[in-house]
Amino acid sequence: MDKILIKKGLDIRIAGEAKKETEVFEPSSCAIKPFDFIGVTPKLHVAEGDTVKAGSVLFHDKNNEQILFTSPLSGTVKAIVRGEKRAILRVVVESDGKNEAIDFGKANPMDLSRAELVDKMLKSGVWTMIRQRPFSTIANPAGKPKHIFVSMFDTAPLAPDSNYIIENQSEALATGIKVLSRLTDGKLYINIRKGTSCQVPAEAGNVTVTEFGGPHPAGNVATQINALSPINKGETMWYCYPQDVVTIGKLFLSGTYDSSHTIALTGSEVKNPRYFQTRIGADISPILAKELKSGTDVRVISGNVLTGTNVTDDGFLCFHDTQVTVIPEGNKYKLFGWLRPVFKRFTDTNTNGDTRPYIMTGQFERVFPFDIYPMQLIKACLIRDIDQMEALGIYEIDAEDFALCEVIDPSKTPIQQIIREGLEFIRKETC
Amino acid sequence: MGLRNYVDKIKPNFEQGGKFAKFHSTFEAFETFLYTPKRVTAGGTHIRSYVDMKRSLISVVIALIPCFLFGTWNIGYQHFLSLGADATFWQTFGYGLLKVIPLYLVSYIVGLVIEFTFAEIRHEDVNEGYFVTGFLIPLIMPVDVPLWMLALAVAFAVIIGKEVFGGSGMNVVNPALLARAFLFFSYPSKMTGDNVWIAEKADAYSGATPLGTIFDGGSVSELPSLADMFIGTIPGSIGETSKIAILIGGIFLIITGIASLRIIIATFAGAVAMTLVFNALGMTAAMEVPFYYHILMGGFMFGTFFMATDPVTAAQTNPGKWIYGFLIGAIAILIRVANPGYPEGMMLAILLLNVFAPLIDWCVVAVNIRKRKKRWASAERSAR
Repeated sequence: MDKILIKKGLDIRIAGEAKKETEVFEPSSCAIKPFDFIGVTPKLHVAEGDTVKAGSVLFHDKNNEQILFTSPLSGTVKAIVRGEKRAILRVVVESDGKNEAIDFGKANPMDLSRAELVDKMLKSGVWTMIRQRPFSTIANPAGKPKHIFVSMFDTAPLAPDSNYIIENQSEALATGIKVLSRLTDGKLYINIRKGTSCQVPAEAGNVTVTEFGGPHPAGNVATQINALSPINKGETMWYCYPQDVVTIGKLFLSGTYDSSHTIALTGSEVKNPRYFQTRIGADISPILAKELKSGTDVRVISGNVLTGTNVTDDGFLCFHDTQVTVIPEGNKYKLFGWLRPVFKRFTDTNTNGDTRPYIMTGQFERVFPFDIYPMQLIKACLIRDIDQMEALGIYEIDAEDFALCEVIDPSKTPIQQIIREGLEFIRKETC
Repeated sequence: MGLRNYVDKIKPNFEQGGKFAKFHSTFEAFETFLYTPKRVTAGGTHIRSYVDMKRSLISVVIALIPCFLFGTWNIGYQHFLSLGADATFWQTFGYGLLKVIPLYLVSYIVGLVIEFTFAEIRHEDVNEGYFVTGFLIPLIMPVDVPLWMLALAVAFAVIIGKEVFGGSGMNVVNPALLARAFLFFSYPSKMTGDNVWIAEKADAYSGATPLGTIFDGGSVSELPSLADMFIGTIPGSIGETSKIAILIGGIFLIITGIASLRIIIATFAGAVAMTLVFNALGMTAAMEVPFYYHILMGGFMFGTFFMATDPVTAAQTNPGKWIYGFLIGAIAILIRVANPGYPEGMMLAILLLNVFAPLIDWCVVAVNIRKRKKRWASAERSAR
């Protein structure tokens, strides 16, 4: 097994790590939010009041009709919430408590052809859990990736421990690994945290396990892709999160779409940070009502503090997230705040300063473990120079890889947004 | 929180449509000086480091305080020394303060008025960059520089050196050095020679700086002792004489991560390498000056720690910083030794490399790009 040590980066320590105990929370409703998926334009299959089962299609992507988004539980479509320009913000399904699921048929992934595997995953909706780089869009089912990557650990602040979450699901995990290994002619790279292990089924012949050490972003898939097989122009890699590999495995073991998801409830505003077994897209407001120290002036983030989504208002988990972080809002003035000595580095959401032109240099390089010049790439994105963005390595990274740069940026610029817009500009111009 | 209530009360006057809307940027600058805003993150990361531009730049000012204090004392010390008079510590320091305060008033008033005016015209926030520039400019001047000249130099540096390019962060050359270069070439008699470095000195007393002595054909034996040059009890620009004070500030900047250690090490390396080359040639007295004298003489150390490391005008890439620093050190010594007309080679070397820094970065980035394109090409070949 290869061992790789990531030297540059930063582990951000904030209060409220989850204790390793899990409570079951069956949500009364779940929502699928089209904006959780990059480049998806939803076309609805249901209307408010329709009854659905787990695995029933809620909507598909207009850009690729094969890609279906399915209901995480059985019940009725309670609301289709729209925002500006009538864009669909979320499709909410209310549980009927019966947990009925559509049967897509059990199968041993080694007995099916690749096309049959893909078809089963598309129909059940679990295909949406596989994404591709560059751009982080849902994997194109018509394409074949050079390699597939699964990062078995997360190094973001207060990130849940994937090994703890999937510790009793080794059969489903092994099945999921078999499925993924069939999807590529290249390798399935499984990347584990230093000091942990992963059982790989013998049937999956093209699996390579690699051990990664070092600070965040060692757990980011782009960091691992760069260390193992950096993306060249025109290449595509697929990736998938560990709990989603388990969900894919369960589809083949039981024939149904099981949307169970264990999340970590973390952050300094949580009374007793711990794990909850719930569902994808769950309405977590009942948990928040009980578990928060105070309900006011806090920010509820689906995901971590670096890349998560503010869900204080809607209260539904985002599709790919396995973590909820609650921290205080920092909407307070601080007298001479820029001059005060600082003892706790990261506590609230205050920007700690105003936006300025880029003045400092060499700071991003300390937390950016890529052979890429971050400042130059940011500027290429700002001026929308596609040739320069490509030449500087934009295909090798994604917005989340710039999160640490954004945190430490003394000029307080929206770096992840700049990179995302740069990526989207290329995607729309070239795809 | 009476002050906060007052600020909130008068704030609407400065917003769009208010009585004093024209002074929005000015108000904003003072408000954020008093209070960090209550703005919270929106999109992107939910947390932000406590380091902002104000904190970064105030660190540089803090790092300059030892130089400021020693320089102020040294003004008095050199004055009384030239007169042969005795003076207490407070008389010495007080004399220095009387000389230095007018320089600071001129530097900040002229510079900030221009900065605020440009910010208002552009409807932008006032940038903190002049914090540092304004503090640096008096420190690199001879003590007896006429105030009107200083005002002219500041205005030239801020307008031509910075604002025409778009303000802090966009400038090509270091504005403080530009101010000094402006005076150096416009009014050489007030910026060089033996008579400008000591305030109101007695005529008979030689006021030559070590650099001046060497390049008037003097030999190393005529210089002040190494200890004096290290402690700083010698004539020179206000902030540059004490190497102890420079080191205290420089180490603070390195620890806080504001100044690039790469540039500092490379600059020293370039100076030492160039001096060794000249020592080996040994054709003139100036060529025989050992490297430790070069490092202690003139503005070399001050320039290395506080000017060459200016992040806006230095090379921005890490490999580029090594090249940039090395060339500054080497060219500074080259100018000092080969061209006695301009003894202060450090200023010219930094300004020259400021201009070439973007080219250095371009080359460094081009290497990275070429490496990536080679990898693409070999991947394409193996795919076929």
